[in-house]
This record gives sequence, structure tokens and C-alpha cells, in this order.
Amino acid sequence: MFMFEKALRGGRGYWAWMTVLLAVAGAGAWSYGVQLQTGLGVTGLSRDITWGLYIAQFTFLVGVAASAVMVVLPYYLHDYKLFARVTILGEFLAITAVVMCGLFIVIDMGQPSRVLNVLRYPTPWSMMFWDMAALGGYLALNVVITRVTLEAERTGAAPPRWIRPVIVLSIPWAISIHTVTAFLYNGLPGRSFWLTAMLAPRFLVSAFAAGPALLILLCLGLRRWWRLRVAREAIGSIAVIVAYATATHVFFLLLEMFTAFYSQVPEHVLHFRYLYAGLEGHAALVPWMWASAGLAVVALVLLIVPATRSRDATLAVACAAVFVSLWIDKGLGLIVGGFVPSPLGAVADYVPTARELTITAGVWAVGAAMVTAFFKITTDVRASDR
Amino acid sequence: MRPGRRVFLRVAGSAAVASAAAVALGCAASGIRRRRLGMAIDVRKCVAADGCRSCIDACHRAHNVPAIPDVRHEVKWIWKEPFERALAVEDADTITAALRGRSVTVFCNHCDNPPCVRVCPTQATWARDDGVVTVDAHRCIGCRYCVAACPYGSRSFNWVDPQPFVPSPLSPYPARTRGVVEKCNLCEERLAVGQLPACVEACPEHAMVFGDLRDPASDIRRLLAERYAIRRRPELGTRPQVYYVI
Repeated sequence: MFMFEKALRGGRGYWAWMTVLLAVAGAGAWSYGVQLQTGLGVTGLSRDITWGLYIAQFTFLVGVAASAVMVVLPYYLHDYKLFARVTILGEFLAITAVVMCGLFIVIDMGQPSRVLNVLRYPTPWSMMFWDMAALGGYLALNVVITRVTLEAERTGAAPPRWIRPVIVLSIPWAISIHTVTAFLYNGLPGRSFWLTAMLAPRFLVSAFAAGPALLILLCLGLRRWWRLRVAREAIGSIAVIVAYATATHVFFLLLEMFTAFYSQVPEHVLHFRYLYAGLEGHAALVPWMWASAGLAVVALVLLIVPATRSRDATLAVACAAVFVSLWIDKGLGLIVGGFVPSPLGAVADYVPTARELTITAGVWAVGAAMVTAFFKITTDVRASDR
Repeated sequence: MRPGRRVFLRVAGSAAVASAAAVALGCAASGIRRRRLGMAIDVRKCVAADGCRSCIDACHRAHNVPAIPDVRHEVKWIWKEPFERALAVEDADTITAALRGRSVTVFCNHCDNPPCVRVCPTQATWARDDGVVTVDAHRCIGCRYCVAACPYGSRSFNWVDPQPFVPSPLSPYPARTRGVVEKCNLCEERLAVGQLPACVEACPEHAMVFGDLRDPASDIRRLLAERYAIRRRPELGTRPQVYYVI
């Protein structure tokens, strides 16, 4: 129905890659079975650090999902023709990211069989209710949009007129999913690290850097190893978006640090001190945070200098640096950093267990397999119209 | 058309009258004075009995709270916290010698404006009319949003199956499974049969005073009128209902 049959035909390389991914996903599923039977005690989480890798991946991936708007908006609102052939890739990436988000949320639950209680007892004053609604809606919008536009590409006809308002609706909707995700954290008394109105803007701009950076890496990979051609100018335009968004991300982070360190209010300072210098001998995240900072600087230089931004090899390095830097910042520091020190001043480190890492890798493998299948479908649809 | 409109007006009119009556009745009902339960802890009495665990043992026995040795997976309803930490005293060196380095009992504050209740996506935790904040362990999905929202660290999650760690003999209080959140319920099951909370009853120093904060003649109100009391982090607007009498 979704032209899935095209994902079931491929060369030896395609199937080898898919087999590897499914093996990793299988290992993750096995580990999740163990977690399901024995409880979340198999993770590195604890009484004081109650959210970790799973929720952090969820947060990071909501950003990847929202970032599709960076290619959809210029094409549909500003008629930026260069993005004609990448918007659908962005939307497929969004679908994948939302599915991964859902998996991470369910995996993080103590009683996953009761997940539908969120719908049975709808609670509009809980941000988690809105997050579920926003993500569900966003997934539905993108499934409809990709289905209709890809079908139009296949038949060579113009897409039906009714799809345009749906696509336009998906633009503010994308902003909303990441705003609501920030609201999950930044309305909690006693969690000073998150209690800042900067959180939603920070979430959005880091998403607009990391998501398009991943899209560039995928487009460069597709050009190199696959038949799918994405115009160099289109990639160049996305690179400019990544450059601005990364610079804004660093700027916003420095704003947060100024407020904390100049005011010297301990409950604001201590979280940053834990992340970047360690606290009471606990410093598990320090090397990660400095790696994130270093990678951001490298990426900024490569993205701002026109010569390195326009060469494929250096652009790929820059985009990988952006992605890893922001994955550390949001996928490790932002969530764990909010829990240390605890409201009672307890300092402890959080180190994910092998079981937890396997489950996480499994979800990423599911995501990679989904993106591969979606891009394969797109490639085949486009190849047949040539 | 005309009779239709007339019928509509009549129905709408009587609906308006009915809802006004309901509002009036509601006001009358709220005129009935409801209890607002709370607790006061005489800090000097509590810290004087250094090393005393009577309240903790009584509570944890009464509620089948597991004694899990791994601190990361600990479940606790009531415990002793260093005074400076419990009450966020910045400079521990200058506080009175009677309190320095001592621990004081902490548990759920049964806030008037509880953030844990606000964030719960399934209404598995809620505040009763008398102010007791309680949890339905059967509705809880184990998302731990309430744990993140509580600024007092009062909530515990069952990271592992608690059953092997529950001290025997078992009390009649319902057992929990892994994957749900629990905390002090102000002994709602004991209040229902006219008993005091287990910790209050067990305290050998009579340092815990339980009662109705809306009743000016109650023991707790008399104590609070007599002596200076502070609450944990009142600046957060949660309006805790556990008072620490200094």
C-alpha cells in the first residue's frame, strides 16, 4: 500500500545492511524482554536519576522529527524549488524519528501494558498528554503527506490540491512537538536546570542543526552509494541552515551559562558545574560535555568557512560533528544534568548498563532500517520515472 | 419554526435555572468545613533522639515498604535527612549547635499545590479533599514524571520487584509490583478507621503532631501558634503542609 514492495527488492549490499540492522534490533528486543521481566532495575537509573538514556534519546529524536520543517517550510511557503526532491526525505526521516520516540517512551515505562491509560484518563493539565497528542498528530500528518506526494511522483501527476493545507499545517505542528517536549521539563519546580524559558528555543534550534545535518549526511551517502541524486545546491542550502542553527545553539547555551554563573545562584550553577567540571568527585559526563563543545567549535569553523562548507568531504565531517555534539548535549547532558544534584543535593553519576545500551542500539537499528526502506522506495520511484 | 424556537427557549431557560441552582448548592456544600490534614514536627525533639528510627520502622512495616540494600533502587516513604539538606540551609557552619550535623524526619509534604499531581498523565496520583496526596498503584504507568516533578525527593519508583525485600510479617496494606511509583499516603488506611498515622503513634518523643490545620483548636494549630515553624522550600509555591517547628 505504501509501495512497500519496493523495499522488498534489493541487491546484495541492501540485504546485507538490512540483515545487520535487524540483528541489532533483535538483540535489543531480547534485552528489552529481560527488562520487561525484571524491571527497570537493569538500567543504570536510580532513585535520584530517574530518567536517562531512553528519555534523552526520545528528546533528541523529537528534534530530528521536528527538523523536517527546515526543508518543508522553504519549499512549500517560499516556493524554494531546490528542495523539491528533499522534502520527502525530510518527512520520511520525521516519520522514522517519531516511531523511535514512541519506542523509547514505551521502553522507559515501568508498566508499558498500561500505556493506554494516558488515553483512557485524558489529563489536559499534564504535558505528557499533550506530547502524546502532538506526536501522534505529527506522525499521522507525515504519513498522509509522504503517501500522497510520493504517489504523485510515481504517476507523474501533480499532487491533489487538498494536500497543500495539510502540508502547511505540518509546519506549525512540527514546531509544536518540540515546544511541548521542552514543556515536559521546564515547568517543574525544584529542577532549576530546566526551569528556564530558554529551553524550548534551545530545543528547537539544536533540532534545526542536528536534523538537517543528518539529512545532509544521508543525501551525501545516497549520492555516493546509491542512485538517488540530490542537487549539490540543495545540499549547500541545507548546510547554510545547519551553520546558522549550530551558531544559534552555541549562542543560546552561552546565554544560559552567563545567567547561571554571573548570578551565582547555586542551584543554577551546580548543574553546569557537574556537567563541565564535576561535583563532589563525580565527573562521568565531563569528558562527554567537553567533547560536545569541541565538536561544536570544529563544526562551526567548517560550516562558516565557504570553502570547507562547499566541499563534500569537509561538509560531511562538519555535519557528523554537529550531530554527535548535539546528541551528547541533548541526549546525555540535558536530561541527566537536570537530575544532578538532586533537589536534596545528592550527587551521583549515571552510567548506562550494557543491557540499556543494547536496547537503545536496537531502537536506533529499527530507525536505520526504516530510513533505509523509505529511501529505497523513494529511489525506486524516481528511477522508474527516468 | 416558531413553536420549535419556543420549545428551545423553554428548554434552554430551564437548563440555565437548573445550572444556577447547582452552583448555589455547590456553594452551600463548600460551606461545610472540610478538614485540611497536616503535620508538624518538633525539630528539637526529633534531632535530640539521634539515631532513632521508630517512625521509619513503624511506617515501613505498616505499608510493606521493601528494604532494598542497593541505594540506587531504594524505596522509602519516610526517612532521616541531614537538617541542612532537608531545610536547604545554605551555611551549615553557623546554625545552632543543637541542629548542626543532625538529621530530621522527612516525608511527603502533602502539598496544597502538588506538582506531582499536576504532571501525572493518568491521574494516578491526586489530592483528596482533606489534602492527602495519594497514589493508585494500579493506574500508574511508571513514567516517573511525578518523581521528576517532586522538589522534595519524596517519591520512590520500584526499580525491581519489591516482594523479596518486604519485611515479614506482612501487613494487610496492599503490596506493590515493580514498575510503579509509591510514597507516604499519610496513612489514609488508618485515618479511615480513626487511627493516627503510624509514624505519629510510634514516635517515642511525641515529636510529630498530626491534625486538622483548619481547626484553630487542634493540637497542630496550637503548636504552630506558639512556636516558629518553617516549611521545606516554600518559595516554590507548592504550599507544603508539613511544618518544621524550630
